[in-house]
Parts: sequence; C-alpha cells; structure tokens
Amino acid sequence: MSEKRCFPYFFLKNKFAGFFKRKSHRTFAADLKIAFLNAVMISLRKYCIALIFSGLSVYAFAQHGSDHQEPHTEATQHPTEQAPAEGAHEAEHGVSGGDMHAECPCGAHEESEVFNAGDNAVHHIADANAIHVIGDIYVHLPVMLYAPGHGWTITTTAAFKPEHHGNGAIAKDGYVLVHGSIMRIQDPSFPAGEVALQCDPSHEVVTTTDGKEKTVYKVGANNTCYHLDPKSTVDGGMMGGGITSFYDFSITRNVFTMLLTAILLFWLFLKVARSAAGNQGKAPRGLQNFIEPLYTFIRDEVAKPNIGRNYERYMPYLLSAFFFILGLNLIGQIPFFPGSANVTGNISVTIVLALITFFISTFSANRHFWEHTLWMPGVPALLKILVLTPVEILGLFLKPFTLLLRLFANITAGHIVILSFVSLIFIFGDAGKSVGGSITGILASVPLTLFMMALELLVAFLQAFIFTMLSAVYIGTAIEDPHPHGDHH
Amino acid sequence: MLFLADFSVIRPEPGLLIWTTIIFLLFWFLMSRFAFKPIGAALKQREQDIQDALDLAQKARQEVSNLQAENEKLLAQAREERSAILKEAKEAKDEIIAEAKERANAEYKRKVESAMQDIENQKMAALVDLKNKAGQMAIEIAEKVLQRELGNKADQEQFAQSLVNQIKLN
Repeated sequence: MSEKRCFPYFFLKNKFAGFFKRKSHRTFAADLKIAFLNAVMISLRKYCIALIFSGLSVYAFAQHGSDHQEPHTEATQHPTEQAPAEGAHEAEHGVSGGDMHAECPCGAHEESEVFNAGDNAVHHIADANAIHVIGDIYVHLPVMLYAPGHGWTITTTAAFKPEHHGNGAIAKDGYVLVHGSIMRIQDPSFPAGEVALQCDPSHEVVTTTDGKEKTVYKVGANNTCYHLDPKSTVDGGMMGGGITSFYDFSITRNVFTMLLTAILLFWLFLKVARSAAGNQGKAPRGLQNFIEPLYTFIRDEVAKPNIGRNYERYMPYLLSAFFFILGLNLIGQIPFFPGSANVTGNISVTIVLALITFFISTFSANRHFWEHTLWMPGVPALLKILVLTPVEILGLFLKPFTLLLRLFANITAGHIVILSFVSLIFIFGDAGKSVGGSITGILASVPLTLFMMALELLVAFLQAFIFTMLSAVYIGTAIEDPHPHGDHH
Repeated sequence: MLFLADFSVIRPEPGLLIWTTIIFLLFWFLMSRFAFKPIGAALKQREQDIQDALDLAQKARQEVSNLQAENEKLLAQAREERSAILKEAKEAKDEIIAEAKERANAEYKRKVESAMQDIENQKMAALVDLKNKAGQMAIEIAEKVLQRELGNKADQEQFAQSLVNQIKLN
C-alpha cells in the first residue's frame, strides 16, 4: 500500500493502516491527501539536501572566516600592534563616539569585519527586541524584563540607544542590548540607571568543563569587563540555553509581527464576513472570492474527510491555525520591515500551536480512542504491555512533536537558505572590499534567491496546509466512532 | 559550532511562548466569533440557495416535461377523436345516402305504381267510355238505319260503310 510507504511513522501501527484503508473510499479527498503528503515528503527530502549543501557552504565560509580571524586575534595579544588595528577598525565604521571604543576592558573588539555567513543567517532568523529597519534606524518596541530578586524593568528599546549592529550604547538597570537582543550583566553590583558602555558587547566561544561549546558575551563599562547573561529559555540547557538571571517578556520582533499579522487577518476577514453577510443572495465578489475557496477547501478537503460528521466543532480552530500560520509564513517572506520576522520558524511559536492541537485532540478523545491506545483489543496481553501500549503512548507525544518540528524546520531552513544565498554577495565581495567580487556575487545570488523565494512561497502554503491537515487527522483519530471491523477484533 | 551555539530559534523562550499563546487564543476566539461564523453561515446559506435553485430548476424541467407529455397525450386523444368523428360522419353520410336512395327507390316505385294504377284506371275509364260510345253509336246507327229504309243491299252497304267511316275513334 502506497500510504504505508509514504508514511513510515504510521507503518508501525496496523490501526492507522486500517484507518487509511477504511477512508480510501472517499476517492478524491484521499487521493489529494496522499498526493499532498507525497509532495511534502519529496519537498522535505529536497529541503534536507538543500540544507546540507547550504550548511556545508556556511561551514566552509565560517572556516574561511576564522582563517582570516586568527592573525587578527593574535595581533590583539601584542599590545604594540593593537593600536593600528583598532584605528583601522574605527576608520572603517566611521565611529567618533567619545569614549566608545577608546579602550575596551574586555580586550580588543572581536567582531571582526570578516564576514561570517553562518553568524549572519543565524542572527537574521533570530528573534530580537528592536526591529532593525535600515542603517541605524530602529523600530523601538516595549521591553518587559523580570529578574528574580530584582523585579520588573519596563521600558522600550530606545532606552538602550541602539547604534550599529543592534548594539546598545548604554546599559540600563544592568541590561544591555546585544545584536538587538537584551542581555543582563551578571554582576549584581552593577549600578542601576543608565551607564555608558565603553565598547560594543563582544562574544567568544569557550569550551565548558563538560566539553560543550558555549558562547560567552562580555561588555566593558566602568573600566571593568562584565559577563552577560542571555535571557532565560526553557530548553533545560539541551540547546545551549537554560534558566539565567532574568526573563524577557517583551513585545519582541516576533510578537510584534504576530500581532500585526493577527490584526491584518482579522481586518481582512471582517471585511469578507461583512460582504458575505451583506451580499446574501448575490454572487460573491472581491475578497470573498479569495477567502471563500480557502474556507471551503479547509472544510471539504481537510475537516470533513478527516474528522467526520462532527467536523463543524473543530472548523474554527483549523481555520485559525491555517490562516495564522499562512499569514505569518507569508509576512515572513517580505524581506524588509514590517516583514522579515521568522515567526513560524521559531520553535516557541510552533510549540504553542502544536500543543493546542495536542490538547484539543487529547481532550476530545473518546473511549474508543483510549481503548485502542492503551489496551488494544485483540492483541495478546504480553505484546500489549511490552510493545503496543508504550509505542502508542509515545505516539501520543510524538504526534505534536513532529507537528511542531516540521513547521519550525521547514520555515527556518527556507530562511537560512535564502540568507545564505544573499550572503554570497558579501562573501564574493569580501565584505564590501571587492566591488568586482560583489557583482559576481550578485549575479550568482539573485537568481538563486529568486528561486528560493518562489519555493518558499509554495512552502508557506504547503506548511500551513500540512499543519492543518495533520491537526485534523489527529483530531479525527481521537474522535473516531467505533466501527465494525474484522482486522483486529 | 559557532553558529549552533547561537542558534536561538530552537530554544523555547517563556516570553514568546506566553505571547504566542495569548495572541493565538485571542485570534482564534475573535476569528471564530466575528469572521468564521458569518462566513460559514453565508456559505452554507449560499450552498442551500444554489441547491434550492437547482432543485427548483429540476422540478420546473420535470413539470415542463410532464406538461409536454400531457399535451402530447391530449393531442393524440384529439387526433383519435377527430378520426373517430370523421369515421362516424362518413358512416352517417353513407347511411343517409343509403337511406335516401332507399327512400327514393321506394318513392319511385310508389310513383310508378300509382302511375300504373292511374293508367289502368284511365284505360278502364276509356274502355268504359269506349263501350258506352260504341253502344251509343251502335244505337245511333241502328236508329239511322231504322230511319232509312233500306233499299237495296248495295246502298245499305254503302251507307253502313259511310257510317263506319264517320266513326272516328277519337
């Protein structure tokens, strides 16, 4: 059976094979589903290849970058050679700000002019507290920080006076803006209020005692070098984060984009709803013609075939998820303000969406579902205890996990590939030093980026559809009616 | 591994988690209340309308075809009736003609018969008359003969002859 081949996860479960077999009489919807899932598997495979290649190139360029960096950092170890290097650096950036960069207690400025494509891509897909528009222009956003034992700090990113590269010029209540993200000075004795920074925050990678590599951020102020804490993350240290000295509840770039998208979509749908209500008995027109086919598509091809006769209860969620993800995917495609935020490519967002699907499917699951999950009828008890029940319970959590990972990985991968292609310009141009190289880079980069963007447009729709489709499938299996069947009774 | 260490999008952040939850739940609530409900209702209504219109058209078509069948039937019936009437008329005509013929024949026969009767009567009357006349004449002749003396036989015969010649039968 072709469904089995394209769905190795379901291959483990006879139940799902039966599920697909049973539904296959709905020929068109079933065919469409299988075709789409096949297409998704193919695109995922292609993505992996693209990701591997871009990763290889990024790695190669990073190597190339560090080759160039070495003599530079070596030079910093010799005080006599430091001065001209610093001078050159300042001349390049055209910075003339008083005590800034005059001398940095953390040593020489490590943010070299050597372009690092990997760093660049990762920086651009990350969330940030301030939105960098162009040059030194920022859209400032509210900042809400909480440090246990220190209390709340509520301000805006303007208070940090961000200059180039999203680095703040001052520290406020012990917080600094590093590459657009807020970090906290670890030293509790650091004075509150505004303190001018002596140099841009810098970072270096150190190897911790347990052999892991970790990025350490430092900043110089009051002639002292202070270590910085990034904001707390709840990955339990698995992904290089962890609980630190403060929590960031700010309206970040991603939150701002989410709000903007939600408001835009709401406005759009209100218009459609109004014209649908006012157009009663007439032919649909305008935006109605764009939205209504999507609505009926979700209803007739996603909800009805997968959920069954109680589909109407779940329509609002499926539609909300579809349009929310689609809106965010599309707005993330715009390469300038107010777009460019990588929202659905941030795991926090996909975790929330997948959790909601998980809660809905789990809490609406009927007796039949739990029976088949925990104590599959018609299977020997030993097999149930040893294999089936553990696998089924694992599957309960694997389903939302694949859901969140699929969306996150697809969108992030797309952004990284696009950023890598754009980076070609800077790599060939040697970070702006070689005009001829830049032109070559542009010639190579523009068609590749254009192609990727077109592909991403498809992926934006596809991933929104897949998420909705699989949510409907999970809900459908949870509320499936007991049916007379001979395959495992 | 420089960039993986800084790969922040893979780290769940409490702030973003909370904001996403709030925004998405609000979005879900507002959209289902103010957008999906009216749009869904309008779509359902329209589908119903279209279905109704189709049903109506189907019904109308059915009716028209029914009507047509009825018309056909009526027409056939009328045609049948017409031919029946024609047949009847023809029959009636034939009957009338036959009757008329019969009657004419009878009349003719009757007329001929009565004419014959008349002729017979006339003939009888004429015969009676003739008899009477002949008698009278005989008497007259006899009278005349008696009045004249019959001299000779030749005169007598001549005279008789002249008398006979005088008799003009009509």
